[in-house]
Amino acid sequence: MAELDTSSGGGHKKGGVKKAKKLSTRIDLTPMVDLGFLLITFFIFTTTMSKPKTMEINMPFKDPNQPIDNKSKVKESTALTILLSKDHRVYYYEGIGSDATNPPKVEVTNFKTPGIRQVIIDKKKKVDALVRSGALSPTDKTTVLIKPDVNSTYEDFVNIIDEMSINGIQVYAIVDISPVDKEFIALTEAANGGN
Amino acid sequence: MSRPKIARKSTFIDMTAMCDVAFLLLSFFMLATKFKPDEPVVVVTPSSISQVILPDADIMMITVDAKGRVFFSIDNKNIRKGLIEDMNQYKGLNLTDGEMNSFAIGGSIGTPFNQMKSYLGSDATARSAFDKTTAGIPTDTSVNNPDNELAMWIRSARNNNPKLRICIKADGEATYPSVQKIIATLAGWKIFKFNLITNLKAVPPGTFAAEPATTAKK
Repeated sequence: MAELDTSSGGGHKKGGVKKAKKLSTRIDLTPMVDLGFLLITFFIFTTTMSKPKTMEINMPFKDPNQPIDNKSKVKESTALTILLSKDHRVYYYEGIGSDATNPPKVEVTNFKTPGIRQVIIDKKKKVDALVRSGALSPTDKTTVLIKPDVNSTYEDFVNIIDEMSINGIQVYAIVDISPVDKEFIALTEAANGGN
Repeated sequence: MSRPKIARKSTFIDMTAMCDVAFLLLSFFMLATKFKPDEPVVVVTPSSISQVILPDADIMMITVDAKGRVFFSIDNKNIRKGLIEDMNQYKGLNLTDGEMNSFAIGGSIGTPFNQMKSYLGSDATARSAFDKTTAGIPTDTSVNNPDNELAMWIRSARNNNPKLRICIKADGEATYPSVQKIIATLAGWKIFKFNLITNLKAVPPGTFAAEPATTAKK
């Protein structure tokens, strides 16, 4: 492509005027290729290809001056409370644990499959069944309360929010952990043999 | 011996095609990518299935590393300049024009206000050494706490550019309380909607999120 055919065609016969020696126009492109690949390597290492992905998160609106509205209270039968604790452990119980005389049954699981995902799917099915049977109104949806403990990591937090979108839970809230919930974790840990 | 002679071929290879390819790739990489922003700390973000792409402009980035240290940055150079001028005024930092310029062209900042002047006055090597040992921007759960310097940064940045979208880029190993302080600070300024930067992971098959994709294919 970048070369010209410099070989003289068969048309000329020898003799006549002595021609100046033709120089070859063929250029060695190897250094140019080297340079090109060097620059490619440079650009690959110093630039980013993909834009970072983000997940949007909406926190519950919290205003100390706003009176607590009864409408925003969660129904016990639709609620699932998830507590995040150390070593990526997940504690969960049904309901919101507001009845002190009848403490909920707290179970422990983790983020591996099936783990917490199965729990959420089961809960969703249960709420759907209740809606069909008429015990709950059709506007009621599975509500998940997420309470990360102080010794949980950010990864747990992102994982659990991700589980919400994986399982199509539309109503969920990130709530500060209460002393009662901390007690639940401590009791469950004691029942499971400590640490 | 009567071995037939093999015709000698020229070892000269035509490099033109190769050169074309190299420069084609080069121009592709130059146009399709952008330079990595310089990060003071290495952050390994957790994964999620979210596919929302971070917009290019008007970003306020709050970075949290594995130890829970907080770094803060916004993207536009002119807004950064306005921000540091405001901070200089509020906090009485006595910064010179040169020091403010070095903030404007810099990256994430993780320096408490009392060390700001010496940080901005030093050169790039001293700064990156400082970034390795700094405790990060002091944070607290209440915006009314005067020690909550992150709250000051967020408020001034939003005053300078109200369109800012707030992103938290935290390491998966960071403890929840360190992130919760930031969320509480944002809630103190009545910000309840923000973005968490995550890596993309595949949607687990058979789940709710995977279903719309499979039905769409049919």
